[in-house]
Amino acid sequence: MVVKSKKQNFSVYGDGPGNRTIERHTLSVLVDNEPGVLARVIGLFSGRGYNIESLTVAETNKELNQSRMTIVAIGTPAVIDQIRHQLERLVPVHKVNDLTEEGEHVERELALVKVICTGEKRIEALRSANIFRARVVDSTQESFVFEITGSADKVNAFIDLMIPLGMVNISRTGSAAISRGPNEM
Amino acid sequence: MKTVLKNKSKTVTSEKTKRMSGAEMVIEALVEQGVDTIFGYPGGAVLPIYDALFQQDKIKHILCRHEQGAAHAAEGYARSTGKIGVLLVTSGPGATNAVTGLTDALLDSIPLVCITGQVPTFLIGNDAFQEADTTGITRPCTKHNYLVKDVDQLANVLHEAFHVSGTGRPGPVVIDLPKDVQFAEGSYVSKTNAVTHMYQPQTEPDMTAIEEAVRLIANAKKPIFYTGGGVINAGPKASKDLTEFVKKTGYPITSTLMGLGAFPAHEEQWLGMLGMHGTYEANWAMHDCDVMVCIGARFDDRVTGNIEKFSPKSKKIHIDIDPSSINKIINVDIPIIADAGSAISAMLKVWKEEKYKIDQDALNKWWSQIDTWRAVNCLSYKNSDTIIKPQYALERLQYFLSKDKRDSFITTEVGQHQMWAAQFLPFNKPNRWMTSGGLGTMGYGLPAAIGTQLGNPDGLVIDVAGEASILMNIQEMSTAVQYNLPVKIFILNNQWMGMVRQWQELLHGERYSESYTESLPDFVKLAEAYGGIGLRAETPDELDDVIEQMLKTDRVTIVDVRTCQSENCFPMIPSGKAHNEMILAADADKFDKKLV
Repeated sequence: MVVKSKKQNFSVYGDGPGNRTIERHTLSVLVDNEPGVLARVIGLFSGRGYNIESLTVAETNKELNQSRMTIVAIGTPAVIDQIRHQLERLVPVHKVNDLTEEGEHVERELALVKVICTGEKRIEALRSANIFRARVVDSTQESFVFEITGSADKVNAFIDLMIPLGMVNISRTGSAAISRGPNEM
Repeated sequence: MKTVLKNKSKTVTSEKTKRMSGAEMVIEALVEQGVDTIFGYPGGAVLPIYDALFQQDKIKHILCRHEQGAAHAAEGYARSTGKIGVLLVTSGPGATNAVTGLTDALLDSIPLVCITGQVPTFLIGNDAFQEADTTGITRPCTKHNYLVKDVDQLANVLHEAFHVSGTGRPGPVVIDLPKDVQFAEGSYVSKTNAVTHMYQPQTEPDMTAIEEAVRLIANAKKPIFYTGGGVINAGPKASKDLTEFVKKTGYPITSTLMGLGAFPAHEEQWLGMLGMHGTYEANWAMHDCDVMVCIGARFDDRVTGNIEKFSPKSKKIHIDIDPSSINKIINVDIPIIADAGSAISAMLKVWKEEKYKIDQDALNKWWSQIDTWRAVNCLSYKNSDTIIKPQYALERLQYFLSKDKRDSFITTEVGQHQMWAAQFLPFNKPNRWMTSGGLGTMGYGLPAAIGTQLGNPDGLVIDVAGEASILMNIQEMSTAVQYNLPVKIFILNNQWMGMVRQWQELLHGERYSESYTESLPDFVKLAEAYGGIGLRAETPDELDDVIEQMLKTDRVTIVDVRTCQSENCFPMIPSGKAHNEMILAADADKFDKKLV
């Protein structure tokens, strides 16, 4: 029989899941390029309480009318597994690959970084940009716009360097990813 | 849309395509899909389709009194016949009213196709009269949905909707159809020429996993079958094969609320329903088993109780058509993704081929253990000479049903009466039990009974109801009268929202907040006002006579059974507790009322 609970505010739904390992996974999702498909994916994440770190989508096959989404999601291994299965349930979703799980892959994002500075700082900004292989895509007497591509870490490092030099705006794409080697995803 | 491209190329290649309006295409496609009955309610944005309906006689339209009622009626029809339920509603409020029914169908995996009217394409987004973002609203409560803006896509979308709704794990599909598309003329694509989506879920099991599962089943010492609605959805053959397989093994079997009827309840191996209000023997057997065979069930929280303590000693086999159900709540040892029917017949085949023998000694021990749990007699209750106990009312109903030659179908509303019906009414065949399991929708039972009666004109259809739930869709009385449907509504009237009252008593310090209904209608007069028959039983002596009268009526009948107000539904596993911590009626005072 039930022993009287000592805990005062014990929920009848029991304890929630405790702290478990949180992982970051990159998912590559092949979808039909049709109205509402992005809303379906986003709605799935918000409706089921999954966390999304970044999402990138564009048409990749005009003939078949398909797009590829790259989703960086965080959660416990069980949640990541659920995310993959729930995405696969959506009718316009053709294929879901967990690139983090499936082995080597490359991941890139692009950022446009606007820096306003003059004098010494201007030279410093250009020097750093050179080290990071960022390109100048716009320049005025008192500003630069740099274009940088790379892993999220590299982009973050570059941004950290630019902040003290007078960085004002960033626009980032989020990750695009693809598996290494000859195998199709 | 991809489908459109394919569709267009098809349209060009086939020589003769029929030209017709969008509204006519709807009718044509429904007829081709074998639909003969649809449920609905007209309105501005679907008038062209209603006009087309008026000019044909292949499809019978059932005018419900509320779109929610239409949706539940379609669900009852689908669940009792195994066909896809179809409903037709207007834009805006028509669509939003249907949302509860769609969500209900999604959670219980009931195949529905819902056609909603929409304002003309050129007005979409303008906050037009009766405009709602139907595809936006229904996206999370449907398996899939469509907004059709081009009449040439329409026929293909209609056929695809039926394919998606009925294939794999069934579910509701919405087609939002703007009024100008209904008027526009286009080319019809027949069912055979339609390009159904590449949506082809896996339904055949992996045979290596099946063989491994059967080996595990054969070597089990304390096995149990735990089956669910998936077996019912897989069709009557799945239930037949399940019964054969379970009988061959001699193992005990329990089922979820949704799976009742897949295995005959009169068999000795049947342990009754499991879960929060399941039987003592079913829950203890689940807790102590060493091999659990889950077929077409999804480890719902009302079934598992505390998942940390769920069946700790068992190896688990899980057969499910939906890969996302596997390891969602409970980690299993052998997952099998397949249609329940295919998996069961595959297991049966392997069992016969390999000529498996069970460990009879171990099984005898297991059964004698189960018999000690059975001896607890967990559904016992204190009867009374003066007040009708709800359990007694259902026992008497069961007595008369067992003597009736008609095939009986039971629907329910949601609450205590639903759990008592599941406990006290035995189901021996699939598709005879229609209840709102996943969503728990009060107001489900009456419209579902209407749909069931339409699908089974010779059946005896009874809605076991509570007085609070029945009022949520009472307007459907009118539908039952209009179509001469002799549905019986058996109200266990205790004047309380019984399950709410029970939780307030047991878990909220007996503070009965808003769970008592102050002014109920006179249900006898209410039935008469609608043109039906009203009966009432106030004491146990009156009960038999009233039930007998009810079974003889040829019209919709409400029976107002005045029951004990304070009766609680036991046994009960308090939420967050384990299967072996369930509480029996006799020990109700041991209920830990500090759980909140």
